[in-house]
Amino acid sequence: MKLSHLRAATLATLLVVSLGVVAHAAAPPAEIPPDAFPSTYQPLPAQTTLIQHATIYTGTGTRIDDGAVLLRDGKIAAIGTQLDTPAGAIVIDAKGKYVTPGLIDVHSHLGVYPSPAVAITGNGNEMTNPNTSQVMAEHSVWPQDPGFNTARAGGVTTLEILPGSGNLIGGRGVVLKNVPATTVQAMKFPDAPYGLKMACGENPMRVYGARHQFPSTLMGDVAGYRQAFADAQAYDHEWQAWETKVKAKGRADAGAPPKRDLGKETLAAVLDGKILVQMHCYRADEMAAMLDVAQEFGFKITAFHHAVEAYKIPRLLAQTDTCAAVWADWWGFKMEAWDGIRANLAMVDAGGACALIHSDDENGIQRLNQEVTKARAAGLRAGLDISKEHAVMWMTLNPAKVLGLADRIGSLEPGKDADVVLWSSDPFSVYARTEKVFLDGAVVYDRADPARQSKSDFMLGSFVAPPAADAAGEGAR
Amino acid sequence: MKYLVMLLALLCAACSPADRAGGQADTASSTVAADSTRATYAITGGTVYTLGAAGKIEHGTVLVKDGRIAAVGADVAIPADAERIDATGKMVTPGIFDPESQFGIVEVGAVKETRDAATTDSRFSAAFDVADAINPRSVLIPVNRIAGVTRAMVSPINGAGHIIAGRGAIIDLGTTEGFIHRDPAAMFAVLGESGAKQAGGSRAAALLALREALQDARDYADNASAYASNRRRSYALTRLDLEALRPVLDGKEPLVVQVNRASDIEAALRLAHDFKLKLIVSGGAEAWMVAAQLANAHVPVLLNPLEDLPAHFETLGSTLENAARLQKAGVLIAFATGDTHNARNVTQAAGNAVANGLPWLDALKALMLNPARIYGMDQDLGTLEPGKLADVVVWSADPLELSSFADQVFIAGRKMPMVSRQTMLRDRYMQAMRDQQALPPGYSVPSAQ
Repeated sequence: MKLSHLRAATLATLLVVSLGVVAHAAAPPAEIPPDAFPSTYQPLPAQTTLIQHATIYTGTGTRIDDGAVLLRDGKIAAIGTQLDTPAGAIVIDAKGKYVTPGLIDVHSHLGVYPSPAVAITGNGNEMTNPNTSQVMAEHSVWPQDPGFNTARAGGVTTLEILPGSGNLIGGRGVVLKNVPATTVQAMKFPDAPYGLKMACGENPMRVYGARHQFPSTLMGDVAGYRQAFADAQAYDHEWQAWETKVKAKGRADAGAPPKRDLGKETLAAVLDGKILVQMHCYRADEMAAMLDVAQEFGFKITAFHHAVEAYKIPRLLAQTDTCAAVWADWWGFKMEAWDGIRANLAMVDAGGACALIHSDDENGIQRLNQEVTKARAAGLRAGLDISKEHAVMWMTLNPAKVLGLADRIGSLEPGKDADVVLWSSDPFSVYARTEKVFLDGAVVYDRADPARQSKSDFMLGSFVAPPAADAAGEGAR
Repeated sequence: MKYLVMLLALLCAACSPADRAGGQADTASSTVAADSTRATYAITGGTVYTLGAAGKIEHGTVLVKDGRIAAVGADVAIPADAERIDATGKMVTPGIFDPESQFGIVEVGAVKETRDAATTDSRFSAAFDVADAINPRSVLIPVNRIAGVTRAMVSPINGAGHIIAGRGAIIDLGTTEGFIHRDPAAMFAVLGESGAKQAGGSRAAALLALREALQDARDYADNASAYASNRRRSYALTRLDLEALRPVLDGKEPLVVQVNRASDIEAALRLAHDFKLKLIVSGGAEAWMVAAQLANAHVPVLLNPLEDLPAHFETLGSTLENAARLQKAGVLIAFATGDTHNARNVTQAAGNAVANGLPWLDALKALMLNPARIYGMDQDLGTLEPGKLADVVVWSADPLELSSFADQVFIAGRKMPMVSRQTMLRDRYMQAMRDQQALPPGYSVPSAQ
């Protein structure tokens, strides 16, 4: 857990809590399985592939002209200008084309709010209590959502599926590798940290206020988060006390362990730094309040999502090492979105904080490169100097950081997962299209090869034309 | 060759004063000539896409005078009093015309006091006219105007229980006086899933309700005096609704029907044929599947070219190639993204349509010219040709590229301030970031000009 942003006054208490949790982490009670829903992800079959003569945006802020990248055994094996061709490797001449890391979206509701959007498929918001920290988005993910396929065609290789924002604490999010699968476990990114979805502002108070329930105000919102974490601390202490007893007297004489509380268990893991807080928050003042709450209880907010007013507090975000995951230009649909501006992302970035694009949308996720292009253009118009190679990080390395996976994905560096997008032209052009998408070195999308364009079970048979009709099904996704 | 045609006085054919009771009327054209505040502008040196017969003109000049385009060409005499706008290296096009928006009738989406797009009052349907609610000082207007959006159809949204949403008006986004260009400009209705929901749960009931309304309106039109003297059967709609439907039945006012599924579009086509309506399809996710029928019936489609997911059962056939396929089949298309706050993003939608097969020039026409043609306003709008209203945009580069921006916008010959609430927020906080010693942002007020 990072403590750099904590006030000295609370540091001592925090260390006690933190150390206690660390001890608990070092020896998890046998009663609590580490991950009850383990990943069964297997990379698709891959061949050693050399992409050469491409313009490469590496995702680390640099560009390589006439560059080459070698994908081998599911990893980036080498990157540079002149690479030897290994025997048997597939060689792609990408002259005039562009290469980026696979795109990453930290905020998606694919699968939990799938297409088609009918009442029974909308499983993203457990709005029966303002704190549903016990639920896990993965249990709502419908792997047949056709949106996974269109997102993949847009170059998205990794995405975090979050619960909605109807609750103060919505539940755990899950990080997925964007491969076609029949179970969510087969998509789960192995060993990726879980995210916890929390939400500021209007949504929770609108949902519960309308029912004359708590919370119905912003102050109710904040009291709600604080009580939830205070309860989680108490729960953590109960387990620690029991573990101390086990150590002193042995398991047999320690008595029954405390009853598991799935919600508090999740929040305790947040206090422990093992689950990353992904917090929906629009207004600058609300973000500042939440940073104080995080400090009070000793947890870290990894990223504010939406963050339409992040441009008003770049220094605070930088000081607390908090990322802002934003849209390029959504604004005005509610009061807390009234001050949205297109230069938001660029201004946060220029202010020294970690900034990135996110979609929160099944259409926007297909064009993250275009959203980044708009955000960069607005920054240039504001007088900021932003290179394309720098802006590429807004959809690759910075989101990887938000997912706690920056050491594995997000840039084209030797040893990282071979998640790569080959673009027909500069992805900063609206006319650019993905040609091939590699995930762990395997071609998971190929615009030129229908056999590598996955279709959801749901779409099969939608347009079986009678013999005399025209070819109505062609091209429908 | 000299290509100079001076504006003939009051060339316009539609300068009759507004007459709300007697059907649609254009008001902007008549006020333009009287407005002496409009300066003369010469936009020089740019690549001019006229979207008219003159095609593309390199190093062209667009001369704007008295609110209208006075001349366009490579060799235009520039009057001494003209203010010159250097567009060298830039592109010059007509303004963007949003064919379906809520400009001035929705401010903050979730704040109901700022919404006037729909009524759930069961007394009104067809007669409901958004024109009376439009706020030309909406913050949304400058935000989108400085991105090149110059005209918009302001359309009602159907309230609960209504198949017919009411009447829309076309507005000029560059003025707060005389901003209503045409009203009523079109009638709006919903069929398909939305229609079924309002009609008690079935598409068939929605169609029946619309047929009944049209039959009643026809009967009323034919027997108005009998109705007035209580010698006519009762109707499903109110007198005002029946009167509002008359120009639709006469084919003078188009009926815009929101409909997506191929079979629903076919049903709307049958209805239009039976009542001889001027039909416009809005939505049209599966329009490409019935493109030949739409082309044969000369029915245009307002579509969102980014729609490619089976978001609803009525849009299972959504595809990014919808625009390209319709265009190829000869259907007149325009782009409606359904997002008025970001109406400016229609250029992105158009760019994606191009990436998916629509010719670039056709995409430009779909943004700027086709809405004018679809609403029968191309005598005044849609191209850079002498005599037309001077809605002109100077672009830094290709308008469809997302790094491009509108450098200068003219609406009906007025040079627009390139400022919005959003640029002011940006400038205020940019200043705060640059100058750490400054007073709090609350003290800085960026220039409105």
